[in-house]
Formats: sequence, C-alpha cells, structure tokens
Amino acid sequence: MATESAGTLGREELIEAYRVMRTIRAFEERVHAEFGSGELPGAVHLYAGQEAVAAGVCGALVEGDYIASTHRGHGHAIAKGCDIGAMMRELYGKAGGSCNGKGGSMHIADFERGMLGANGVAAGGAPLACGSALTAKILGKRHVSVAFVGDGAANQGSFAESLNLATVWQLPVVFVVEDNGYAQATGTRYHLRGLDVARRAEAFGMPASIVDGTDYLAVRAAADAAVERARTGGGPSLIECKAGRFFGHMEGFDQQGYRGAGEVDRLRAEDCLVRFTAAAGLSTEDTNGVDVTVEAAVEVAVAEAKAAPAPEAAELLTDVYVSY
Amino acid sequence: MTQPQRVLSYLEALNEALAQELAADPSVVVFGEDNVGGHGCDGTMGHAWGPTRGLHNQFPDRILDAPITESAFVGAAVGAAATGLRPVADLLFVDFAGVCFDQILNQAAKLRYMVGGKAAVPMVLRCMWGTGMRRGAQHSQALYSLFTHIPGLKVVAPSNPVDAKGLLAASIQDDDPVIFFEHKLLYFGSRAVVPEERYTIPLGEAKVVREGGDVTIVAIGRMVNEALAAAERLAAEGVEAEVIDPRTLSPFDFDTVYASVEKTSRLVVVDESNPRCSVATDIAGTVAENRFAALSAAVRTVTGPHAPVPFSPALEDAFPPNADKIVDAVRSTLPSSVVSKAS
Repeated sequence: MATESAGTLGREELIEAYRVMRTIRAFEERVHAEFGSGELPGAVHLYAGQEAVAAGVCGALVEGDYIASTHRGHGHAIAKGCDIGAMMRELYGKAGGSCNGKGGSMHIADFERGMLGANGVAAGGAPLACGSALTAKILGKRHVSVAFVGDGAANQGSFAESLNLATVWQLPVVFVVEDNGYAQATGTRYHLRGLDVARRAEAFGMPASIVDGTDYLAVRAAADAAVERARTGGGPSLIECKAGRFFGHMEGFDQQGYRGAGEVDRLRAEDCLVRFTAAAGLSTEDTNGVDVTVEAAVEVAVAEAKAAPAPEAAELLTDVYVSY
Repeated sequence: MTQPQRVLSYLEALNEALAQELAADPSVVVFGEDNVGGHGCDGTMGHAWGPTRGLHNQFPDRILDAPITESAFVGAAVGAAATGLRPVADLLFVDFAGVCFDQILNQAAKLRYMVGGKAAVPMVLRCMWGTGMRRGAQHSQALYSLFTHIPGLKVVAPSNPVDAKGLLAASIQDDDPVIFFEHKLLYFGSRAVVPEERYTIPLGEAKVVREGGDVTIVAIGRMVNEALAAAERLAAEGVEAEVIDPRTLSPFDFDTVYASVEKTSRLVVVDESNPRCSVATDIAGTVAENRFAALSAAVRTVTGPHAPVPFSPALEDAFPPNADKIVDAVRSTLPSSVVSKAS
C-alpha cells in the first residue's frame, strides 16, 4: 500500500520528505544532548519518533496555508519551513530567535511561514486554526488551516468545541490528532479508555481517518485527501496519527518509568525514517548526502545560537501592544 | 434651518458603529450567539435582539451565528485576527468569560508578545455587564478588573451612547485586542443625540463630564450618571464636584485624574464591581502613590460589596453604589466644618 503511494510522489518530493524528517530528527537529538549538558533553559518537549506526521501533513500544504501547533512543536515548525537557525536561537532565548527570544520552545512561531505558533495550552491551537480558516473563508482565499493536537488535548473542551464550530461554519480546516500514547505520563488506555479520537470526529459530522503515524506515505495520502477536501469547500476533517515519541514528555523531568519494558526500543525499531527510506526506494547514497547536509546545518544552528547575544534589556517591555 | 437632532439609545449607537465599520472595512466580521438569530440562522427568521440586530440584511456574509461554544469562537477570533480579519466577537454576558478565559488570558493577550511582535490581534470582544436586570450572580458581574490586570488587553467601558459609538469604532480599528464592556441598564435607558457620521473616540482618554473645584469623583460606566446625580445634590450644599469618566480602563488616563486631584485635593472612586483588587483600588492606590502631597484627605472608594450579585430585587438594589452612597463618601473627605455647614 505504502509503496503504491510512493508512486504518486516524484523522486525530488521523496528526497525532500526525507530531508524534512531527517532535519527534525537531527534537531531534536541535538536539543536532547544540549539540554542534557545543562546549557539549554526552559521546558523542551521533543518530537523524535513522530516526524512522519509533521512531514506528511505539511507536505500536503502549500505557501499561504496555516498550521497551529502544540507544546511539542519543533517538528511542525521545521516541516512548515521555519528556519532552524532562528528556531535554535529561540530555544536558547537569544536575540534573532524566531520570536526574538520571547517565546521559547513552547511558543515558537513564524507567521511569514504560516506557522501560527506552538502553544503552551493543550488544544490551544484548535480554536486558532478555526480562526485562520475563517480568515481564508471570509476573504475568499483557498488557504487551508491545520490544527495539531495531542491525544491528551483531544479531551479538552476547546477541542470538542472546535470540531463542532468547524462543522457548523464549514471551515477549511484539518484537525490532526497525534496519538503518542501518553498525556504527559497518563496512557491513552486510561484517559481515552482506549477509544479512537476519530470516532468523536465522526460524531460531530466530519470525516475522519486513522493512520500509522510512522508511515510517511500513509500520513501524506490521508493529508492530501483532507487538505484537498478543505481547499475545495468540502469542510473540515480529522486525521488521527498514531506514533510514539522516543523521548519523555519533557526534557530533564521525565524518567519514563511509566513506559513498559522495551517499549522505546520497539518504537525505535519501527523508526519512521528507516521505514520511509525503504518504502521510497532511497539509496544509501541518497540518504547520506542529506544526512551530511542536515547534520552540518544543525551544528551551525547550535554554534550560532550559543554565540548570539541575549535580547536587549528594553525588549522586556516591547511588543506588549501595537500601541498603548 | 436646523435639522431635528437624532436621538439614539446606547444599543442603537452600538449597532450604528458596527454597521459603519462593516461598511468601511471588508475585513470586519461579527459573530456570536444569535447575532443573526433564529432557527436555521439564514436571517429569514432573525431574532437578534442585541446591537447586531438587522446587520445580517446588509452584510449577509460577515455576520455569523455561533453555537454556544465560547472557547472555540473566542479562540477563532484570535486566530482570525492574527491572520487578517478584524473580528468582533460577542460574549453576551461577561460572566461567560469563565468558559473561555484561556482564549482571552493566554491566547489573545499574549500572542503578540510571545512571537516577538511579529503578529497582532486586532479583535474586539463585546460583553454585557452590570447589575440591575434581576439576572442573578452569573449574569450581573462587573469583571473589567480581571481584564485590566492582564498586559496585552485593552479595556473599554462607555457610559453613554455618544461614547459607545465612538469607542466601539475605535476599538474595531485598534490593532490590539479590546474587551468592550456594555452596561445592560444603559442599552435602552441611556439615550442621547448621536452624530450620524462615522467617528472615533481615542482609547485612553478620560472625559471630565462635570467641572468642580472641591472634590474629584471618578466613576465607571453606569456609575457616571449616579456620580452626576450626587454632584447636583452636593452643589446644592455648596460643594462642587468634578466628575471624570475614564471611558477606557486600559490604558488608563491617569493624567486627567492627577490634574483634577491637584486642583481639588480630594478623590472618590465609584465602581460597581466587587471591592478587592478592583479598578477602584487601582485608581485609589495609584493616585495615593503618585500624588500623595496633593491630597488633603484619604481617598475613598464606593463599590459593590465583597459578595456575589443577589437575585432578589430588594437585595440587588442594595448592591451597587448610588448617589446617596457617593454623597456620603464625598462628605467623609471634607473638613468637618464644611460637612456640618452643609447638613
């Protein structure tokens, strides 16, 4: 099935998909290491293991489309085309960061790229994406909005409200639920009673699908269909992607004692990058070329972030209002 | 030959501001529960009763009914504002902020700051407030102090139809999120000659609505009328009160209050809300901190009690400040010789 889907994507698109996923992986593994060395401040939630979701969904989007992200937002930002140098400076709280150091990992954003921001509140992005979808609808533009939410956020009232509002207003929005198995440390078998979120979407009257979130081609196929539906006036839909995270909920905090023996090893054995490389028919030569470039780019990003100056002290009081 | 002057209610003035801003700017969009109104919400059985009444006929694509889903539609207003629209969302009663506070507190107020100024949130959240309609504890509060506390938000509370129209227009044109407080009792009870043309009143400018040299009374929203009534009674006693309507609570025009207090040396603040951590205590404290030398008496506040708003008309009528309470407070700031002469 996946191999058949690969046939619809050209070789350049396949290599680009690999580059995006590989960039996310390299970025997150490096951030993990930097945090471990004690140099990186703040709360950092890593996306490693879930790369095929961000890459597959954002691969279906075009310039002008919007995404509203989550607290675990680095992958979404990279997949939407945000500059990893600016992102890394943001993580270090430095001048020249994506948000000039005022947002940090949990609020990383780039409106020029249609990345409306990571969000510190679970399901915070769902109403925002309804809003950017409303903008497109009112102004007669064919832009599509995507709201990413985690499995934990799927229990928020604002998420359920957003599904309903999107249906009532027939908004061009796609809800992407990333089920990584845990709301912080609480498993889905407890907090979702093992049920799929997709069934809830159907109850609100929108089509929903469930895909293996480690299978880029499956995610991409579902996203292509949902985005096309939204772009052509067909209204909202939902994609539930199941993919575990390699690291804990949050760096420096989560020892992952709640995860079963060998669970992370099994996840790493189903690595989306390995699966994709095989399904896409990429050679070692193909991937090596990308890997070297990506690793070098991350190295530069970290070095520049460490060397960048802190924001000016006066920045504390700027950007509160446009005018006051 | 002079034209007959046109009188509008507060509610009609708000409606006119919405209509004029919708006509002037295609990015203005208005939504909330029953903003079109009626079964099916196609306008054919419209039953919008508030300031949006009739707008659907003129702007069918930009007036939307929302399901009862404040968290989603207030959050959608934030997302829409950040991507090119100027949404005017209708919360109905400000008490309902309780079910969507995250969208106001963590999304609308902070988005611009969190992204380092690379986005703006030009939205208005309209809401009804205040006692007097026998609506009980969950539909009668004066919650503007909650929003005034939050950096990133602007807070407006007009006291009359002329200001209501000009301040709503200014709020819609403003590039920051504005929480716009409309007092329920003013909707129909406050009427005035309102200019027909489109105009704005700048946010952050207080208005001296009555001049006087003996005491400064700062009053918010419906309390402006009570303060004016109190001032008339005090004038009969030989005490001239200066009454200031701040009109905007964030930003707040402290300069106008300071100038008045430097002239009168006395300050009474009238606020319908609960007393603790209120706009009244904020004004009193800020004036005491910055103009202590100008004061000849302790600052007084006249507020509602530290209690929810009761339903029973007998109890509810005892809740808000009124002219009697304001007169008493003013007297307590005066030298005893003046008070005994007056009484």
